[in-house]
Amino acid sequence: MSVRLKVNPIACEAHALCVELLPELIRLDDWGYPLIDSEHVPPELMGLAERAVDACPTLALIIEEEPE
Amino acid sequence: MMPAWLEGHPGLPRLLAGLDTSGRAMTLAEHQRVHGDLPHRSPHELIEAIERSGLRGRGGADFPTARKLRTLASARRVSALVVNGSETEPASAKDRLLLTRLPHLVLDGAVLAADAVGAPEVVVQMGAGAGGSPASLEAALAARPKDPVPVSLVAAPEGYVAGEESAVMHYLNGGPPLPTFVPPRPFQKGYHRLPTLIQNPETLAQVALVARFGERWYRELGTSADPGSALVTISGAVADPGVYELAFGTPMSALLDAAGGTTEPLRALLVGGYFGTWVDASEAMGLRLAREDLRSVGCSLGAGVLIALGRSACGLHESARVIDYLARQSAGQCGPCTYGLRAIADSVTAVADGVAHGQERRRIERWCQEVKGRGACHHPDGATRFILSALDVFSQEIAEHREHHCRAEPAGLPVGGATVRQAAGQRS
Repeated sequence: MSVRLKVNPIACEAHALCVELLPELIRLDDWGYPLIDSEHVPPELMGLAERAVDACPTLALIIEEEPE
Repeated sequence: MMPAWLEGHPGLPRLLAGLDTSGRAMTLAEHQRVHGDLPHRSPHELIEAIERSGLRGRGGADFPTARKLRTLASARRVSALVVNGSETEPASAKDRLLLTRLPHLVLDGAVLAADAVGAPEVVVQMGAGAGGSPASLEAALAARPKDPVPVSLVAAPEGYVAGEESAVMHYLNGGPPLPTFVPPRPFQKGYHRLPTLIQNPETLAQVALVARFGERWYRELGTSADPGSALVTISGAVADPGVYELAFGTPMSALLDAAGGTTEPLRALLVGGYFGTWVDASEAMGLRLAREDLRSVGCSLGAGVLIALGRSACGLHESARVIDYLARQSAGQCGPCTYGLRAIADSVTAVADGVAHGQERRRIERWCQEVKGRGACHHPDGATRFILSALDVFSQEIAEHREHHCRAEPAGLPVGGATVRQAAGQRS
């Protein structure tokens, strides 16, 4: 099972809480929207990634589990 | 009488057979005289024939048609076949040509495809620009009372992204004509929130021909990887801009000759429309109308759009106008597309005007890489692909514009309100 971090770009309103909680995987673009450089979430960051997903005020941050 | 542009193209026209210079739609009787009656093909037979023909979707995604039909045929319930004739690409005119002049060919294919996947109805969404009047399609429907599935007609809303398939589904379900976050894609959950088959009109017209004449006939034209013929809307610096039907494998120079030849030496070709790619003219002339050739220079044919840019025009200014149009056409739903395309468009305009900072090009390239893939639909992907190719092909002009004021003539690439004349291909 591979775990991917995704943004629903329609729902995202650039609150940027995800960047505060998960700077290891997310940075901001020049307009304040989250840029995910690598969608793959390593196991050691799963806890932080789940916290970031829970914190998103518009539920735009998603963790997707994909069969390999 | 055979139109002059068909000389040197044996086996053509297929889709455009019987099209005269009158400008009116072919009647059902005329259509049957040219193509014969629609044969009965079982769903299995039809999908097998489509598969062996190698037909791919003509809306721009190049997806194998048989695979799509098979997926829908195995769904437990399908709501409809939606014929996506939105054709919101300003430089494309082929779908409106088919729907207004050759409606029975599209409807034949639609009825067959609906039967093949068990769709209980057909919805035709038709674009309104450039003479896209629904009257001829309405008349064609009235002439076919015995069609096994009901066919209804919906006027397509305006806007570049309104033709994107999730936007079409959203609109038909009563929402605004804006893309939605996918998945689910239409084949999973579309019209009436059930699996939906969505096809381009040209794809269905090709289905109607394969059903009649078989896959072997279909493969008599084209290459083994890209069999058959395609409708190409050719515009720009050519004598007779319009829609032409040509075989895959045709050299680029023969495509331009079909459109009456070039009106001046060319600087570049835009292949694939506004989500497409600029190719330097010298490089383009060595290409054929084939996916492998186009892929070798990072192109795809898209929905069959080719724009010739003459040396008297400026590719940078044309590209700036197009990216400005694409930025304005963003649905405004996704931040990276809304703000990113606007910023890219303003920067490209500054570069074209020769007033940009020396590092501006690198900033545009970084923005393009960052914006790509970050919309719900492919609008930012197509727009950034277009601009990256412009920066690449017109890099000489970027340097020159910093030194001298550009005095090029506007080439008038259509931006909003299509200006491509329909079907010059019909002239004799």
